[in-house]
Amino acid sequence: MKHTLSVLVENDFGVLSRVAALFSGRGFNIDSLSVAPTNDEGISRITLVTSGDEQVLEQISKQLNKLIDVIKVIDFTDGSGVEREMALVKVTAEDESRAEVLRIVDIFRAKIIDVTQKSYTIEATGNPTKIDAILDLLRPLGLKELVRTGAVAIGRGAKAWSKDS
Amino acid sequence: MKMNGARILLECLKKEGVDLIFGYPGGTVINIYDELHSFKAIRHILPRHEQAGVHAADGYARATGRVGVALATSGPGATNTVTGIATAYMDSTPMVIITGQVPTHLIGNDAFQEVDIVGITRQCTKHNFLVKDVNDLALILKKAFYIARSGRPGPVLVDIPKDVQIAMAEFHYPESIEIRSYKPTLEGHPKQIERAVDMILEAKKPVFYVGGGVVLGEASAELTTLARLLNVPVTTTLMGLGAFPETDPNALRMLGMHGTYYANMAMTHTDVLVAIGARFDDRVTGKLATFAPHAKIIHIDVDPTSIKKNVRVDLPIVGMVKGVLERMIKVANKKSAAVEALKEAIKPWHEEISGWKEKHPLTYKQTSSTIKPQYVIEKLRELSDADAIVSTDVGQHQMWTAQFFGFTTPRTILTSGGLGTMGFGLPAAMGAQAAFPERQVITICGDGGIQMNIQEMATLVQNRLPVKIVILNNNFLGMVRQWQELFFDKRYSSTCMELPIDYNKLAEAYGANGFRATNVDEVEDVIKKAFATPGPVIMEFMVAREEKVLPMVPAGASLNEMVLNA
Ligand SMILES: Cc1ncc(C[n+]2csc(CCOP(=O)(O)OP(=O)(O)O)c2C)c(N)n1
Repeated sequence: MKHTLSVLVENDFGVLSRVAALFSGRGFNIDSLSVAPTNDEGISRITLVTSGDEQVLEQISKQLNKLIDVIKVIDFTDGSGVEREMALVKVTAEDESRAEVLRIVDIFRAKIIDVTQKSYTIEATGNPTKIDAILDLLRPLGLKELVRTGAVAIGRGAKAWSKDS
Repeated sequence: MKMNGARILLECLKKEGVDLIFGYPGGTVINIYDELHSFKAIRHILPRHEQAGVHAADGYARATGRVGVALATSGPGATNTVTGIATAYMDSTPMVIITGQVPTHLIGNDAFQEVDIVGITRQCTKHNFLVKDVNDLALILKKAFYIARSGRPGPVLVDIPKDVQIAMAEFHYPESIEIRSYKPTLEGHPKQIERAVDMILEAKKPVFYVGGGVVLGEASAELTTLARLLNVPVTTTLMGLGAFPETDPNALRMLGMHGTYYANMAMTHTDVLVAIGARFDDRVTGKLATFAPHAKIIHIDVDPTSIKKNVRVDLPIVGMVKGVLERMIKVANKKSAAVEALKEAIKPWHEEISGWKEKHPLTYKQTSSTIKPQYVIEKLRELSDADAIVSTDVGQHQMWTAQFFGFTTPRTILTSGGLGTMGFGLPAAMGAQAAFPERQVITICGDGGIQMNIQEMATLVQNRLPVKIVILNNNFLGMVRQWQELFFDKRYSSTCMELPIDYNKLAEAYGANGFRATNVDEVEDVIKKAFATPGPVIMEFMVAREEKVLPMVPAGASLNEMVLNA
């Protein structure tokens, strides 16, 4: 089963390698990982998508918490978060397929961000399953290159995360 | 007052109460050494290898409970510390390791003697730091010591570039420290503790399974009180030896691969298993699927990752074991009727255990004149001081020491349990002896492992550290030979040491004394002579070459599938 975790970390030297090394050293999976600063200057937020059963997830969460630089681990597996991912996709678009690509882009509320006579580059945003869906449709038309950011997630509702809750 | 980084480092160590460090000089720590030269508050011992320096600091820490400190130069000095650090990490020893680093402007340039020691040790330290600015140095050291000794202890490495050691800054040492991302849970949940006591009170076959956490957490007195109050049998891991007196009638002694028959049988039949500061290592559990199959499991540990890592747990309690046990005693004291009922209810359990003890006690046969290694261990116990500190190396002799020495006090057995590092015994004893110059310190080694840090004989002699070195010489890498005998048809591939070494002469070469016993009648004499001789002494015992450590649970077998005599 897939799990999305937010890991709030001190913006310290080497913190990303500590997190990554924990996963490789203990044989946990990383499906995707994204990391960037937050509104608090000293804190970065890592969003991690991993897979494993309940026991594995509990260990992952505990092991992450054990890292000295980790401030908090939030598990969004229970649906308590909203997830988004962006993909940049280069597809072949010649003659008859050009219209088809545009139609798909329109349905998924994606954007064309670069055009040539032979290709479109598309920016798509949404829940990771939505990204999977648009890719499934684009693939037969000639998917040349794909970049995904990996998911980022934030809790639903009015409350922001806090260190003590 | 402004001072250079090197001096700030020493002032910080002094503030932390460090009075002894083990270190080895080199280009990137030469400024620290220059400051040390006139710094009277800290004694420095020069080992003959950085690995041994770290093991010595580790031995010092294990024997005293204080933070051990080691120092090494960059590059090869730093990489030489890695085995020592990993050893300490696996056994949760509080340590601070200081390494020199090339100047900050050269970092990343493949400079002379540059290694990324922070990268290399990331997975075998509790945490590590690279100091990039002299103004951060004091705060980082404060954090390093705090992290090393709090919660589940462990080694912390601080890498200090040469220019940071030279740069000047105002020295200010913070009195206290808060790290927002590091808040170990220290107090067990009161409700959980109460439930745990109730679970034990309802048990028919309870067992306490005690690990090194009880030693590290200074909770041996509380454990003993609780066990006696409830009359519950106690088994310890290798790391837990000394946490509960093996002379106590409730002692089941060591469990696991080379544990006692009765401890392993008790684990197999218990209905309430209380794990205290232990982590269900594979050498302890044997085959997980059949481990403690009838038991409800209560697990008390300061490290939440230890809980439910390999076995299911019915009642977890995260917190420092000392506080948790204190509270359990209080709760139990309020339920004296239930306690009396428990004592009554577990009478048949005690009888069952007595039966196992009688059927298969720990034993060996000393029949001919050939010295049995177990006999040497028993004689050592008999003839050594009551408060002697014993370190071991790794192998058969380590297990015989664990089985036959009969430890009764915490911090009197220093052994590499988690990593199983050959070469640990001698330097660890050196560290303990430096901490306790007046106490008897003995290291028990095999003829294989002793060679891995034999150069420390020089350090012992130079620093007048009168460690008594016992070599159980079977001319084999005995533990591996035992596996080859049992599981590889006696194909002794590269385990015979072939070349006999004259340890008497070796001792002499270092300016120490050596005695040898080849016959069982000489054992007592040699031990007595060695104990009466000032300074470091090597006692070499030519022991039965193919003696096996028994009982043995083969790797991957269930705890009740012991080989008792083969
Ligand atoms: C550094 C290191 N290398 C290899 C091993 C594997 N090993 C475990 S026990 C052992 C044999 C030790 O032989 P010896 O020191 O003579 O002790 P004995 O078992 O004979 O008592 C070996 C090689 C180890 N534990 N540590």
